[in-house]
Amino acid sequence: MIAETWDIILLRDSTTRTVVAGTALLGLASGVIGTFAVLRRRSLVGDAVAHASLPGVCVAFFVVGDRHFPSLLIGALVFGLLGAGCIAAIREWTRIKEDAAIGLVLGTFFGLGIVLSGVIQRMPGGNRAGLDGFLFGKAASMVSSDAWTIGGTAAGTVALVALLFKEFRLLCFDREYAASSGIPVLWMDLLLLALVTTCTVAGLPAAGVVMVAALLIIPASAARFWTENLTVMTVIAGFFGVASAVVGTMVSATVIGPAGAFSRGLPTGPCITLAATAFFLLSMVFAPRRGVVADVWRLFSLRRELALQRPLRRVLRVDSPPETEA
Amino acid sequence: MPLAPTRSSTFPGAGEEVSSPDGLSGTVPRGIAVEVHDVTVAYQRKPVLWDVDVSIPTERLVAIIGPNGAGKTTLLKAILGLVPLASGDIRILGMPPRKARPFVAYVPQRESVDWDFPVSAMDVVLMGRYGRLGWFRRPGRKDREAAVAVLDQVGMADLAGRQISQLSGGQQQRVFLARALVQEARLYFMDEPFAGVDAATEKAIVLLLQRIRASGGTVVAVHHDLQTVPEYFDHVVMLNTRLVASGPTASAFSPENLHRTYGGRLTLLDQAMEAVRRSATPGASE
Repeated sequence: MIAETWDIILLRDSTTRTVVAGTALLGLASGVIGTFAVLRRRSLVGDAVAHASLPGVCVAFFVVGDRHFPSLLIGALVFGLLGAGCIAAIREWTRIKEDAAIGLVLGTFFGLGIVLSGVIQRMPGGNRAGLDGFLFGKAASMVSSDAWTIGGTAAGTVALVALLFKEFRLLCFDREYAASSGIPVLWMDLLLLALVTTCTVAGLPAAGVVMVAALLIIPASAARFWTENLTVMTVIAGFFGVASAVVGTMVSATVIGPAGAFSRGLPTGPCITLAATAFFLLSMVFAPRRGVVADVWRLFSLRRELALQRPLRRVLRVDSPPETEA
Repeated sequence: MPLAPTRSSTFPGAGEEVSSPDGLSGTVPRGIAVEVHDVTVAYQRKPVLWDVDVSIPTERLVAIIGPNGAGKTTLLKAILGLVPLASGDIRILGMPPRKARPFVAYVPQRESVDWDFPVSAMDVVLMGRYGRLGWFRRPGRKDREAAVAVLDQVGMADLAGRQISQLSGGQQQRVFLARALVQEARLYFMDEPFAGVDAATEKAIVLLLQRIRASGGTVVAVHHDLQTVPEYFDHVVMLNTRLVASGPTASAFSPENLHRTYGGRLTLLDQAMEAVRRSATPGASE
């Protein structure tokens, strides 16, 4: 068992290597696109899209009648986009606010997905579908070709963001100004949503419907603590995404893995999420300038300085506040 | 309407623009910056602008004034093509708004963005170059030089690298102005450029607006402080869902028109009347 654990960590097995490479690329893409989703305040849309894709997986299984990986992902993509479209439609054409629309779509689609997967599970051969893997993620269920599909999609997403970096930056910072300077903001918003959806769907097999949005939100939020520069933030978020995905995948495969690499183990999604959370907590507490420790330290040093100065100020009758560094 | 080829040469399609060496001395409008024709805008079926018909001359500092909810910001956004028109037609420098984009710069309300966004003052100013850069291209050395120059113009050269949340309200407003200036536009649309800024910044902004006008530009600004209208602006558009009046400040900014625009809000009006009186007395303002 120890040997097998080391096999995974040292990437000795080629399937292990592919799966880890696939999830790493997925983590990278999620961190990168998540940065913009979070800054555009669209992070919950990613969560809704993820939940909305579950019935798509089930419908694809009904249609194809087998666990054919690309078909399941296409089903997920169609329903994910459908969910995103429903949110946009409700927001634009009714007076219901976006958060309520998100909750409504998320609940409805996810409920439908659970019902459908229940039906499938009762069908002959239904438990071969591996739908439980889609719920919480099961990197072990991936074969090499799946990992390549996921990795390719993720790489494409990262490339698009790199190409359109300045447009996305302006869209997220100041949408109306962007529109006034001729950027087609509606199409850019739709593209951002499409990339979030693609990334989410690509992440389903590894991270699962319930947890995949965490990979969008948490690395980006953690990265914000370390920098005031969007380019740097995007890179750090991508790094946290990779680290979370890789650590999470390995932990899920090794912690309870008596039967060997990726054949058993914890669900991958929660492991990835918890790994991301660890990075988030570290960032929140220890990041220079924006972190909690830095905040508390600044407050205390200001207090101490003021206390030390008080007698002197009284003597000199200085009224202006001390120069503080920004 | 005489045609002057000078500054227009770099801007194809803006032939009717006229440059005058003596700036604002004349009172007759020599060019039309914006034509708003029978424009109605509605949010959720409730009209915010009703049948507004107004034309704004070039080389003027134009104030859009009116009570809260009068549609001032909406008029600005309608001209910029940011809100759909329920009816009507808008032309900028004789062109449809979409075509006029290279000649137009926008300064949104300061509160409309998240100032904790991870960008520096320099980054924000460079956004003013995105329109002309087009897709995929990144700002180059020339763009950076232009950005440094405008940051210097607004007195922010030494704060270029600072993250925008570390700037005061006045400094944030200056950054927004710099972003518009770096576009090198002919028309500047500003939504409350003086809101929440300190006296020094207000003075600096006024000087900047005058410099824009002197170099042949036009500024259209939503403005709240009636007292300063006669001092800062030479043309007013008075709005209360409908257009109440539009014209040179000297004639249009009158007690009757103010009454028609603001209704019974007397304290506000008293201040405005005071401003009208002051501007009517020679030597009372600079």
